[in-house]
Amino acid sequence: MNKIFLIIQREYLSRVKKRSFIIMTIIGPVLMAAMIILPAYLADWSEATEKRIAVLDETGWFLEKFKDQDNISFYYVFDDLDSEKENALYKNGDLLLYVPRTELNIPVNSELYSIKQPGLNVTSYIKSVMKQIVENKKLLASGIDPEIIKSAKVNINLSTIRVEKDGIEKKSNTEVEVGLAIFSGIMIYFFIFMFGVQVLKGVMEEKSNRIVEVIISSVKPFQLMLGKIIGVAFVGLTQFMLWILLTLIFVGVFQTGMLTEGNSAMEMLGSKNEILQNVSANNQGVDPMIMVNEIISGINIQVMVLSFIFYFLGGYLLYSSLFAAIGGAIDHDTDSQQFMLPVSIPLIFSIALSGVIVNQPDSSLAIWMSMIPFTSPITMMMRIPFGVPLWQIGVSMTLLIAGFIMTTWFAGKIYRTGILMYGQKVSYAIIWKWLTSKY
Amino acid sequence: MDQNIALQAIDVSKSYANHKALDKVNIEVPRSSIFGLLGPNGAGKTTLIRIINLISVMDEGRVLLNGKPITVKDVANIGYLPEERGLYKKMKVGEQAVYLAQLKGMSKNDAKNQVKLWFEKYEIGSWWNKKVEELSKGMQQKVQFIVTVLHKPELLIFDEPFSGFDPINVNLLKEEILNLRNNGATIIFSTHNMASVEELCDNIALINNSQTVLSGKIHDIKERYKANIFEVAYRSEKNLVLPKNDFSVNDIRVLHEVHYSTIKMNNGRSPNELLTLILPQAEIVYFKEILPSINDIFIKEVSG
Repeated sequence: MNKIFLIIQREYLSRVKKRSFIIMTIIGPVLMAAMIILPAYLADWSEATEKRIAVLDETGWFLEKFKDQDNISFYYVFDDLDSEKENALYKNGDLLLYVPRTELNIPVNSELYSIKQPGLNVTSYIKSVMKQIVENKKLLASGIDPEIIKSAKVNINLSTIRVEKDGIEKKSNTEVEVGLAIFSGIMIYFFIFMFGVQVLKGVMEEKSNRIVEVIISSVKPFQLMLGKIIGVAFVGLTQFMLWILLTLIFVGVFQTGMLTEGNSAMEMLGSKNEILQNVSANNQGVDPMIMVNEIISGINIQVMVLSFIFYFLGGYLLYSSLFAAIGGAIDHDTDSQQFMLPVSIPLIFSIALSGVIVNQPDSSLAIWMSMIPFTSPITMMMRIPFGVPLWQIGVSMTLLIAGFIMTTWFAGKIYRTGILMYGQKVSYAIIWKWLTSKY
Repeated sequence: MDQNIALQAIDVSKSYANHKALDKVNIEVPRSSIFGLLGPNGAGKTTLIRIINLISVMDEGRVLLNGKPITVKDVANIGYLPEERGLYKKMKVGEQAVYLAQLKGMSKNDAKNQVKLWFEKYEIGSWWNKKVEELSKGMQQKVQFIVTVLHKPELLIFDEPFSGFDPINVNLLKEEILNLRNNGATIIFSTHNMASVEELCDNIALINNSQTVLSGKIHDIKERYKANIFEVAYRSEKNLVLPKNDFSVNDIRVLHEVHYSTIKMNNGRSPNELLTLILPQAEIVYFKEILPSINDIFIKEVSG
C-alpha cells in the first residue's frame, strides 16, 4: 500500500512539475475568462467609438427622424449621392445612409455606405426607425391611427416552470439548460481523452524505456498501473480545481478593474441590451441577464459540480484503464490508433448523439445511454441540467463504479502480459490469448 | 534441508500457448556463491528468472528461498537487473535512484544516504541533478547497476548483465559481483559470455530446450566432461612412439626442438602410465591435463 502511494506520488509530481502542465493551467482559465469577459468587453469597446452617420434622404420621409443614440449621431445632407459619398466617407470618415427616391414613392430600400463593417446596433436601429415610419404612414393612409395599433400590441412572456416532487418551483429555460448540458458533456469528453491519453503515454514510456521490469520486480504490475491511473486522476482534479479557481479570479479581477473605471463591462452589456430592446418590436420588459442568472440558480449548481467531478472521475477511470492496457500491449506510437479508435467509439457516439439527448433528455435512448457505463459519463451530464430522478443517478453511478472495476481488472490482465512483450505485432487475437491465459 | 542452499527451483514447468518454456527444471544455488545460468537463446533462462521474481507464474513446481516457498515480500528484496532494463529518461538521476530504492522498501533517508555513498564510490556525485537522458549510455549503465544493489540484497539476479555494457563497465560489474559475493550475497546471473562464467561462477546450470541438461560445481562439471586428454611438451629429435590403440597422439608443432602434442588416453590408461612410456624417449618440458572449457561443454551439449 505504501508502494502504491509512492507510485501515485511520482506520477503526480512528475506531471504537475512539467512546464506543459503549468502552461495549460494558466492558459485554460485565461481562455475561459476571455470567453466570459470578451463579448461584453468587445461590445463595450465597439460602442465606445463614436459613429456619425450622414443621411441623404431623397424621399424626405425620414428627415430629422433619426435620433442620436449612445455613440451614434446623425446629420442630414442634400447634395447628390456621389459628392456626399466623397464628403462623408472619405473626408469625414463617417457612414452614409442613402434612401433613394422610388417610383411608388414608398421607400423600402435604402443603402448604408461605410468603410468599415457597421455594427449590428447601427443597422438594426436604422431598420427599426424606417420600418416604424413607413408602417405609420401606411396605416395613416388607410385611415388607421398608429396609436391604436400600438396600444393593441401585447407581449406574451412565457416562463416555463418545472415543479419538482416536493413542490418547489423552479423557473427553467431550455436554451440555458441545453447550453449547460452540451458544455458539460463536451468537457467530460475532453477531460477523459486528455488524461486518458496521459496514462497511455505514461505506460508506453515505461515500456519503451525498459524500466517497467525493474519496477515490477518491486511492485505488482497491477499496482503500477493503478498507481499511474490514480496519480494522473489527481493531476486532472488539480487542473480542474485550479481552472475553476483561476477563472473566477481572472473574471473577478477584470470586473473590479472595469468598475473602478466607472464603466463596467456588465453595465455596458446592460445598456446594449436596452438599445436592442428599445429598437426591437417585442420588448419583453425583462432584463435577459437577470433571467439567465435566475435560471442558472434554478439548476442546482452544487449537484452539477459534484456530478461533474464524479462522472469525470468514473469515466476517466473506466477509459484510462483501457488506455493503459493499450499502452502496455503496443510497442510503437503508430500502433495506438487501431486500438484507440474502437475503445473511444462509445465516447464519440455519446457526443454525436448530444443533439438527440438534449432534445429529449427523458427518452428511453437517453436513459439507457446514461446507464451504460461506457456512455453514461457524457450522457448523464447532458441530462442532469434538465433534472434527472435521483434513483436514475444512483443506478447510473453504481453501474459506472462496477464498470470501471471490471475494465480495470480486464485491463490489468492485458497490461501485465503486454508490458513484458517486445517486438511482437499485437492483434486482437493475441490480446484475447493474454486475457484468457495465466501470465 | 541443506542450510547452505539459498535458492532452489524444483521441477519448475511453464507452458505458453504454443510452446513449453520450462520442463521440470531444477536448480540449486548455494549461499554466498555465484551461480551461472547458461543456455542458448530461447532456452527459458529469462522465463525461469521471471518465475523466481514472481513476475511470471509457473504451472508446476516450487521455488524455495532459504527452504521456504518464495513470497512477494522476498522478491521485493531481490536485487534484480532484468535483461530489458532502463530508467525514466526525464527524471533526475538522484531522485530516480532514491525512488527506486524506496520501491524496494527503503526509507527515504536510508535511500538518500545509500545513493550518496554509491555515487561517491563511483565518483558520480555531480550527476545527482542531471536528467537521465543527459547521461551517456555508459553512465546510465552505472546508475542502473547502483539501483540494483543499493538496498543490499541478499540475493541478486542479473539477466544478461554484460549485454549492452561497455568493456569498462563490464569489468566494473565483474569486480562488483565478486565483491558482493565476498560480502555474503548470493548471485545468479544468466549470460552468453562464457569467459565471464569461467572467471566468476562457482556453480552453473545449463538449460537447453526447456530442460536442465547439466548443473553443479563448475569444477565437477569440467571433471565430468574431461576427455582424458593431456598436453605434452617434450624435447626430442623424433616423435614419440606409443601403442596406437591406447593413445591417440595429435602432434601440434615443433619449435626449437620442443614438440607440442595432445594425447588422448583410451582403454582406461592412466597419466602415470603415459609418463612412464614417455620418460625413456624424451625430456619432458611440461605435462598438463586439458580440461574442457565451459564454452566447449556448452557447444557440445547444445548442438550434440
